[in-house]
Amino acid sequence: MRLRALALLLCVTAALGGCTQGVLDPQGPIADGERLILLDALGIMLLIAVPTILATLWFAWWFRASNRAALYRPTWAYSDKLEVIVWAIPALVVLFLGGVAWIGSHQLDPARPIESSVRPLEVQVVSLDWRWLFIYPEQHIATVNRLVIPVGTPVHFRLTSSSVMNVFFVPRIGGEIYTMNGMATQLNLLARNVGRFPGLSAQLSGDGFSDMAFNTDVVSEKGFHDFVVSTGASPNQLDGAEYISLSRQSKSAEVKLFGKVASSLFDDIVSRRLPPGSGPGPTAQAILSQKGM
Amino acid sequence: MFGRLTWQAIPWSEPIPLVAAGVVGLFLAAVVVWVFIKGYAPYIWKEWITSVDHKRIGVMYCLLALVMLLRGFSDAVMMRSQQALAFQGGGYLPPDHYNQIFSAHGTIMIFFVAMPFVIGLMNFVVPLQLGIRDVAFPTLNSVSFWLTAAGALLINISLVVGEFARTGWLPYPPLSELQYSPGVGVDYYLWSLQISGAGTLLSGVNLVTTILKMRAPGMSYTRMPVFCWTALASNLLIVAAFPVLTAVTAMLVLDRYLGFHFFTNEMGGNPMMFVNLIWVWGHPEVYILVLPAFGVFSEVIATFSGKPLFGYRSMVAATMAICLLSWLVWLHHFFTMGAGADVNGFFGIMTMIIAVPTGVKVYNWLFTMYGGKVRFEPPMLWSIGFMVTFVIGGMTGVLMAVPPADFVLHNSLFLVAHFHNVIIGGVLFGAFAGYNYWFPKAFGFRLDEKWGRRAFWLWFVGFYAAFMPLYVLGLLGMTRRMQHFDRPEWYPWVLVAAAGAGLITLGIGAQIIQLAVSIRNRAMLKDTTGDPWDGRTLEWATASPPPAFNFAVMPNVKGEEPYWGMKTKARELAHLLTAEPSYQPISVPRNTATGVVTAFFAVLIGFAMIWRIYWLAGIGFIGVYAAFVAFAWRDRSEEEISATEVARLDRENRFVRTSALAEGL
Repeated sequence: MRLRALALLLCVTAALGGCTQGVLDPQGPIADGERLILLDALGIMLLIAVPTILATLWFAWWFRASNRAALYRPTWAYSDKLEVIVWAIPALVVLFLGGVAWIGSHQLDPARPIESSVRPLEVQVVSLDWRWLFIYPEQHIATVNRLVIPVGTPVHFRLTSSSVMNVFFVPRIGGEIYTMNGMATQLNLLARNVGRFPGLSAQLSGDGFSDMAFNTDVVSEKGFHDFVVSTGASPNQLDGAEYISLSRQSKSAEVKLFGKVASSLFDDIVSRRLPPGSGPGPTAQAILSQKGM
Repeated sequence: MFGRLTWQAIPWSEPIPLVAAGVVGLFLAAVVVWVFIKGYAPYIWKEWITSVDHKRIGVMYCLLALVMLLRGFSDAVMMRSQQALAFQGGGYLPPDHYNQIFSAHGTIMIFFVAMPFVIGLMNFVVPLQLGIRDVAFPTLNSVSFWLTAAGALLINISLVVGEFARTGWLPYPPLSELQYSPGVGVDYYLWSLQISGAGTLLSGVNLVTTILKMRAPGMSYTRMPVFCWTALASNLLIVAAFPVLTAVTAMLVLDRYLGFHFFTNEMGGNPMMFVNLIWVWGHPEVYILVLPAFGVFSEVIATFSGKPLFGYRSMVAATMAICLLSWLVWLHHFFTMGAGADVNGFFGIMTMIIAVPTGVKVYNWLFTMYGGKVRFEPPMLWSIGFMVTFVIGGMTGVLMAVPPADFVLHNSLFLVAHFHNVIIGGVLFGAFAGYNYWFPKAFGFRLDEKWGRRAFWLWFVGFYAAFMPLYVLGLLGMTRRMQHFDRPEWYPWVLVAAAGAGLITLGIGAQIIQLAVSIRNRAMLKDTTGDPWDGRTLEWATASPPPAFNFAVMPNVKGEEPYWGMKTKARELAHLLTAEPSYQPISVPRNTATGVVTAFFAVLIGFAMIWRIYWLAGIGFIGVYAAFVAFAWRDRSEEEISATEVARLDRENRFVRTSALAEGL
């Protein structure tokens, strides 16, 4: 076991150059853009940070009390030229980075549609306690804990939560977005390559939070068609009553498929025509009311 | 009768907190017994617990911080070891317990380690540096401290009676609402923060008043040491920000206790409002902590470089700029809530702009060393360690201020690495630098240098080992607060981070040994002159430890770095400047138990409210009010130290100083 861990350590250290599996190994244009901005900003700042660190170490060492070669200037505490430089360096960097931030936050705004000749796929996401519900409104199907999207197709997500806040995050395909009850957020993503990419929640949502991992399967056009057909054949129906039972707390990682979905389900959740998830459930509530609180 | 409190509240099934609390409880009981047997109890009551002397209160704040550091760090070790053991398994801490641990870790480290540490240093140092005899409101100061201690006590009670919050150190609703967190954990959080937050606010009012109204003659604003400037900025932020924290926790209390709907899902509640409000307090809070640390570094780097601080005015401008700008950045904590490109862009740029004055500070410290004679004593080691570390932390912070980069880094371990990078590398290193620097002033002997160096290096290396892997993990897509995980590519880095926590444990061990060794060798490490580091500011002009009145005669300040000026002039004239002054009797405030009594009843109120024992809370409120009335009715608030006593104490101080100067000639 220990040996295996050590071997793994070596492998991963060696592989860090490519930083496999993470946000530095993007699988779509949004993730590409985010990585590019991340690395650009880091590069710009390293240009300043590395010399500053080196200068700190060098000054401290050269001007050590025991170094007789170093010039001691006990009253030197001001220089207008240096002051200008000292304010100008970070100001210029920030001016430049500020531009990057402004343009980047517009270009990569999660709500901004992705330009493509392919018609976007609509997916509605509901974070449950502690699972993920994915509704395909145009296909009238839904899944739990498994997201399937076609490769090369823009996906437009609308996201909400059945109860507490969560963050939807598939690191290699694109950025995060909060899910909140009574609100719908938006996210646009596109996956360039076929494959299986892990997704998870990035916002603590209670005891089952760490179990909120799900797989994102990016499949071919045909694979997606097959998925729609096979899921559509499932006898399970997702209506209001079924949703309420899904919204109860559960750490089950089981994938569920629904062949039919009530057409207004997502909007009913957002508008709270369907009630928020009950949380720890009637037991806790009962204890409270029993004690008159 | 006892509300929700029953025997079930004690977590019999969880041995870890019970055993830990048992051991700590036994240790405390042993200390108390020892104190009584040795007959120290009256001394501790008169000289410490009821003391209103800012120096004593400052020391007690720092002591509270150090004790709570052990508690918060134990939580950190449990988190690191849980994650190290939870690869493709459950580890040893179930989610309900693990979630309490990281929530307690964050809450304790911010509110009961970092805050009391910096407030303690400010309390101790600011009046001495300003050349005055106490803070503006000495009794209020004692109340502030004891309220903070009361909050800390409540949090520790949650270890054995009931549970602590499982919602993270900032309890985002609706998770923290009664519906999703029906237990008492969130209530422990809310009441301990209400109580300690009131203490912090009062302390802020006190120090702002002190700095604005009570400086020594000649100590104009532009002659104040930079530490006092950063203290002013920090306390202004406290005065403006802590009411927001009090209000937002009060709103959550109303939601949870009286069925209000400020932040609930239903009935028009708005959870995002909580997130906004908590960060309107939360981001200034970061600067409340780090500005005084910047002040410490400014003092330490100047002293140990044997030079005045480079660019004093620029430093002051940068400090006050940060004080203002810190209000315009809070939204960067939730770029991923979908606020829209314009809003995100604005707050991203504002956040970067804060990096400008911060960067200026780093360069000013750099140029303070330039042309200096740098002595690598422990306070300076912490400062250089800070400069290197903080540049990295600042850089990753600005990186996350770029919204698209934040989209993939938010709430990941990259974020966790970043804020530990600035809070450990900035605030904690600053606190440790200040602790090593001012310890001789407080106690009259220096801390052991050898163990000080060991502690620094273990912490420094341990920090990098523990947190650099978290940067990598964040880039690998690992989010924070995971109780278990099954991704093999994360595992090695989690192990390295756990090893780093081990190194930091050794560092803390070295600090404990340093303290013990120093106390044992205190005769050898004695600070005979009151000026062990060849200091530049007024606190070094008085004896170590300073007399209750700090200065026998109010110093007359003639420039920046007043004590350095006196020493230089004395050296030029080859004798101590003035003839002996005519000593006058000095009035000092009388001790009072108001603070500790108020805090006792505050604990009662908090505990009673947490468990819904409303009659007990009523008794608590009556007790607090009675303590206030008793204080307001007392007839004598000051007592006098006679001129002969003042003269006796000060002659000693003048004598050692004159001889030290004579030696230096």
